[in-house]
Amino acid sequence: MSIGIADIAVYLPRARLERSTIAAAHAWAVPGLKGRGKGQIAAANWDEDSVTLAHAAARRLSGDITGLQFCSTSMPFADRSHASLLVEALQLDPTTATQDSGASARAGTSALLCALRSGQQNAVVVAAEKRLAKPASEQEIGQGDAGVAVHCGEPALAEFIDGDTLATDFVDHYRAADSDFDYAFEARWVRDEGYLADLPAMIPQLLSRNDLEAGDVAQFVINAPARVRARIAKQAGLSNAATDSAVDGQVGDAGCAAPLLMLAEALGRAADGDLLIVGGFGQGVDLMLLRATARRPTAFADALAAGASDDNYLRYLSHRGLLQMDWGKRAERDVRTAQSAYYRARDQVSGFVGGRCTACGTVQYPRTRACVNPDCRTFDTQVPHPFADLTGTVKSFTEDWQAYSPAPPLLYGNITFEGGANIFMQFTDTASGELGVGDSVSMQFRIKDIDRNRGFQRYFWKAVPVREH
Amino acid sequence: MAEGIRDKVAVIGMGCSSFGERWNMSAADLMVESFTEALGDAGIDRDDIEAAWLGVFFDEQNIGKSAIPMSNALRLNNVPVTRVENLCATGTEAFRGAVYAVASGAADIALALGVEKLKDTGFSGLPERTHGTFEDLWLPNSTAPGAFAQLASAYSHKHGIDMADLKRAMAHVSVKSHDNGLKNPKAHLQRAITEDDVLNAPPVAYPLGVLDCCGVSDGSACAIVARPEIAAQLGKDQIVGVKSVQLSISNGVEASHTSWDGAHTMTTRRASAKAYVEAGITDPKADLGMIEVHDCFSITELVVMEDLGLSEPGKAPADILEGRYDASGDIPCQIDGGLKCFGHPIGASGLRMLYEVYQQLLGRAGDRQLDRVDFGLTHNLGGIPNRNVASISILGGMN
Repeated sequence: MSIGIADIAVYLPRARLERSTIAAAHAWAVPGLKGRGKGQIAAANWDEDSVTLAHAAARRLSGDITGLQFCSTSMPFADRSHASLLVEALQLDPTTATQDSGASARAGTSALLCALRSGQQNAVVVAAEKRLAKPASEQEIGQGDAGVAVHCGEPALAEFIDGDTLATDFVDHYRAADSDFDYAFEARWVRDEGYLADLPAMIPQLLSRNDLEAGDVAQFVINAPARVRARIAKQAGLSNAATDSAVDGQVGDAGCAAPLLMLAEALGRAADGDLLIVGGFGQGVDLMLLRATARRPTAFADALAAGASDDNYLRYLSHRGLLQMDWGKRAERDVRTAQSAYYRARDQVSGFVGGRCTACGTVQYPRTRACVNPDCRTFDTQVPHPFADLTGTVKSFTEDWQAYSPAPPLLYGNITFEGGANIFMQFTDTASGELGVGDSVSMQFRIKDIDRNRGFQRYFWKAVPVREH
Repeated sequence: MAEGIRDKVAVIGMGCSSFGERWNMSAADLMVESFTEALGDAGIDRDDIEAAWLGVFFDEQNIGKSAIPMSNALRLNNVPVTRVENLCATGTEAFRGAVYAVASGAADIALALGVEKLKDTGFSGLPERTHGTFEDLWLPNSTAPGAFAQLASAYSHKHGIDMADLKRAMAHVSVKSHDNGLKNPKAHLQRAITEDDVLNAPPVAYPLGVLDCCGVSDGSACAIVARPEIAAQLGKDQIVGVKSVQLSISNGVEASHTSWDGAHTMTTRRASAKAYVEAGITDPKADLGMIEVHDCFSITELVVMEDLGLSEPGKAPADILEGRYDASGDIPCQIDGGLKCFGHPIGASGLRMLYEVYQQLLGRAGDRQLDRVDFGLTHNLGGIPNRNVASISILGGMN
């Protein structure tokens, strides 16, 4: 049975920070950044991290999932299975095979290559990044946040033909385990001794092994600067391959998620039968040779369109914890998590699974021993009822400037759901003045609280207005 | 329905501290201030008190748990003292305990005292609090103004009243209370404001501005209650009787079920309906001479006018703007200045409201004295509109 890409899904955070804003903020110190000030970077909200970005992408996949591999170099925990958290937040079967892998910008492609080579049907590789960068660094103005999920199996979108991998301890950049930031070596050396050292030879070898010509390749993508990518293609003889990507200018380098984002983009514009080469670079190289089908996924284009320009650099810094704002004494509130209480209720909290009364049919959240319907109130009649994919309606709301929120004002309100449920919820990704009673909202898995005293963060679901874009 | 407590208990003395930023006073000092006034008013000896209830809300600061701090501060004679807490109805809950003790015959004379020392928080507004280990995992990190502001958006939508028009009625609520508070030497805020002041005040939680919100104050209030025969024996010419004390507590419907419209307080409707029956009031619009309601925010007072059955649904804004609840109106509301001008030291507020009704019934309200009050009602709404405790107390003359 052939294997390939069955489905692919992309999530980009709503805010698209204008690079000109970043360059302007640093013009006093690093005027040279102005030359990099074109385009945008996708910038996660304060309540997004690599887990929520991965979740937002993976939940858009269709089809059965029997394995979930989470790839990131910006995982929030050093020792906690993010994949297991994702299994519960996605309400997948608990027997799903889970694994976290990171530590390299190649983590996403390595996991995908491994899954494709193993022939495992219904394995999902989800890569996501929200990396920190020092203000005024090249990384800051060049990096973006994203989540992308690839469903391996029946080759509905692309057939996997072959792949290659090479491990080299080429340290173009690194991040120490106890550091927030990358340390990068000179880009010219990385280009000459890294990207252009092995790839121009590896690509033709991969093609000839499969009786294909370099000129047959329609698209070549890899997490490399646009010009370097083009030079690799040229030196490898990919004379007909498109190498441009909107990821460069409109998303930013999304670390280990970048090559998979480019794969989603490439599939979206491929013609039936096009050959694609997807590369991953990071202490070595991964290559995947794919043949597109007639189906063109719109995941990347849709995610790219669902953004809003942002020119608030201070807010960007604050959302990443790089600016210590005075949030007042309300921010001192202790948000300790009783792990035992969370564990008991984790399907309700992570999976957003409420209850449905089998006696009267009322759906409700939270799921309790006695039905909330005033005309029912029967004990022990509730069965699990998922809310994650429901659309709610705003019954009431406020924009609270007094409550602590890293993104003031804190928006919250009563939201109703078909079947009888009312939930008092926070909103996110919603601007002041945007919300109205009666508006439709969708549900998003986000960080709820960050416990700085104990290095923990907890997640729950928030409401986001349903928008055209 | 049970026969109730109407006229089984008399209020024989009350006390109320000055409310405000009492920087140099501890909770114990505030308790002594209200208690000594009440004791003098009642004309009894401290050791005549056979049981006592203390209302305190915040554990996060203040005097800690149990009723021992009151037994210590007042040096009570080792009588039973119980600490109660029921959100913003805490003071009324203490009163209910004392009233029930006397009504049951368990005590001849009982004390209810509420106190809250909020101004040791170090910031404006109320401290945030935990909702418990499970609820904190999912409930919004709301504040009181943000939670009550929800009433405004839902009310505006439900009744098709433009938010700007609703805001004007809400502004009148605050202006009226400040006009009243100006005449009350115990009020925290004693200054007149205008509707423009309210409408142009800095935002707190849409659509509430700073002047839609009550103050935050330190304060204490207390009541001494006894069997009516004891009031007579003490030589009181006018005896104030307890006509009703009722509570209604949310059971999750407002928070979790679509049947609630978000534009009214369900528990206020339940508690007031029962209280009118217990008190023998058949026409509250005609019978109530004054009301002290839980005006934590202007919009709360507005919707409560309908929940108490005093304004028709959707008509509270018009009634308010017409002055129906002003000092000169049909049913004066917050004649003492309300939470708006007293602030809301949570444990004390319910008893502070009763203090004003008591003064008005006895004709002792000075510049604020109303012409005629047969029945006065107090109302607390603790918690937030979708998860709350409502209390109603009604006092009236017994002779």
